[in-house]
Amino acid sequence: METINMIEIACFVLALGTAVFFFQKNAGRIRRNIQLGRDVDRSDRASERWKIMGRVALGQSKMVARPVAGFFHILIYAGFLLINIEVLEIFIDGLLGTHRIFSGPLGGLYTAAIDFFELLSVGVILACLVFLWRRNVQRIKRFHTAEMKGWPTKDAQLILYVELVLMGALLMMNAAESQMEGSPAGPFVISQYLGFVFKGWSQDALHIAERGFWWLHLIGILAFLNYLPFSKHFHIILSFPNVWYSKLDSKGSMGNMASVKEEVEKMMDPNADPFAAPAEGAAEPERFGAKDVFDLHRVQLMNAYTCTECGRCTSVCPAHETGKKLSPRKIMMDVRDRLDEVGKNIDKNGDFEDDGLSLLDDRISREELWACTSCNACVEACPVAIDPLSIILEMRRYLVMEESAAPQELNLMMTNVENNGAPWQFAQADRLNWAQD
Amino acid sequence: MEAIQTMADMAARSEKPDVLFWVGCAGSFDDRAKKITRSFAELLQKAGVSFAVLGQEESCTGDPAKRAGNEFLFQMQAAMNIQTLNAYEVKRVVTTCPHCFNTLKNEYPELGGNYEVLHHTQFLQKLLDEGKLKVEGGAFKGRKVTFHDPCYLGRANDEFEAPRSVLRDLEADLVEMKRCKNRGFCCGAGGAQMFKEAEKGNKEVNIERTEEALDTGAEIVAVGCPFCTTMMTDGVKNKEEEARVKVYDVSELLNESTRS
Repeated sequence: METINMIEIACFVLALGTAVFFFQKNAGRIRRNIQLGRDVDRSDRASERWKIMGRVALGQSKMVARPVAGFFHILIYAGFLLINIEVLEIFIDGLLGTHRIFSGPLGGLYTAAIDFFELLSVGVILACLVFLWRRNVQRIKRFHTAEMKGWPTKDAQLILYVELVLMGALLMMNAAESQMEGSPAGPFVISQYLGFVFKGWSQDALHIAERGFWWLHLIGILAFLNYLPFSKHFHIILSFPNVWYSKLDSKGSMGNMASVKEEVEKMMDPNADPFAAPAEGAAEPERFGAKDVFDLHRVQLMNAYTCTECGRCTSVCPAHETGKKLSPRKIMMDVRDRLDEVGKNIDKNGDFEDDGLSLLDDRISREELWACTSCNACVEACPVAIDPLSIILEMRRYLVMEESAAPQELNLMMTNVENNGAPWQFAQADRLNWAQD
Repeated sequence: MEAIQTMADMAARSEKPDVLFWVGCAGSFDDRAKKITRSFAELLQKAGVSFAVLGQEESCTGDPAKRAGNEFLFQMQAAMNIQTLNAYEVKRVVTTCPHCFNTLKNEYPELGGNYEVLHHTQFLQKLLDEGKLKVEGGAFKGRKVTFHDPCYLGRANDEFEAPRSVLRDLEADLVEMKRCKNRGFCCGAGGAQMFKEAEKGNKEVNIERTEEALDTGAEIVAVGCPFCTTMMTDGVKNKEEEARVKVYDVSELLNESTRS
């Protein structure tokens, strides 16, 4: 084997090894952060979960609720999934120092496959351009709300540009090859028309160009992989488990708190000893509701890392649509950003050291929480089954049960329920008056 | 309307009704909602359904407390109501309020209250399908009606068809709002908002929704929830369209079109 080939293999192994090392490290950090949440058992009804994951995550069923975005997203998604087959070849070639190793055994099928990937990559390029146009020219409202200022918008643009570069590299690599003599592949359905760029280049120069784009594509993929844990684009990984672990009960069911159930049962039990000391070794009672990310459960935290900030939730929220401060997307971004902050704190100190900050008030205001009508529009709209409403409710629980900090009118409503069994101040004895009037 | 039986009345005679009509707080106390309660009770009587109410033994399901974050109060209410319902060995419940419906159906079972729970539009659809109620007179034939989906019936419990089926039986010209069914837009009352002022914004939710309903050109906004009734009625008044557009519960429309 030529020395130059050996060096190339070594470079490849080094690049791949470095990329995988850092990715697993940073993805592991996200995994640890998610596990800071409360335990929740969502392992039941597994066959139903696989089905819903197949339909919603793999099948993109909720994406097409908005046909334009849905169609182009499926283009990118299909491109991502299928072009990975070509990336597999790139990896094998890189490790063995071969060139287009699948071309021999696959023969004519190989040409067809490469042509198909070329068409897909044109689709991806088209979709990215449409998405850039929607963000920057059409300026669709949901991409430009308050929480999108700064990094979130840059993040979104960067992802689209990187995808353009990756697809461009793939096509240009083939274009260079289309001009080479004795190529095992081709003619290339798209890139043969890009071959003019290399008109008149020597075979050596063409070879270097082909290698250059091969490396650009590879390094691009590995760099992008390592960008994921710092980006909303991590959704390409978490969408699948996130949908699998989503709530299967009807949306109206908000779950009964087990800790409260225990208390109420004791209160209703005439044989319970009101002065009984807690059992030996009993765990410290958990905080009611959520003040910080530690009080949310793990699926809620995974929700936050899955969110890709598309804003469909916010664009259908009745509170947001009528100018209130609440935005379900911001709730998810706040949870994620706070969790990142907590994670960095742990990285630095070994254990979490109180930073005097919390999700409530420092990131999510009470005004936002009280603006929610619990209508489930956000939950319905999310293409990857995120549940912002459950977080809002959990934080209201903290406000009411730990701080007694409900708005005054709600305190009145609750007092009425307690005293006379109705949210208004009417006597229980008058309940049947409608039948007599 | 004939006399309404309570569970206690019937139990005293060792009788049990086929279904318990859970009236709810709005249905018991709100003057507008009381009319809906009476309409539905009349329909049940016309159809010859054996039913009773809890009357003074009914208490708030705890829904607004739960959505406001007071799980403790909710579970206290639930425990109390479940005790009452189980003591009467209730098997089936029908209610005119989607909030009661959702809570009884989805949140009571885990606390020991297991019943078949129906929203009144589901119950009415059954009575119509079974021929126990017959539409006569065609009072709403060809009239433009739009249906506003209550969040806790529609999105929360995937029931979009029953109320529409009843409206179709009335031969009404059913027109849909831009946001309907699983994409329906809230009236603004859910999540305990009914009991407080809205947060600062640039519009009230019910006005936004009412404008959408008015855009359809419908002369009747049909609803299936006492809180939606209030919100949409207020919205129509705010838009000064109350002479042209009326807000009615599905049961009121059906009651107008059926004879005993």
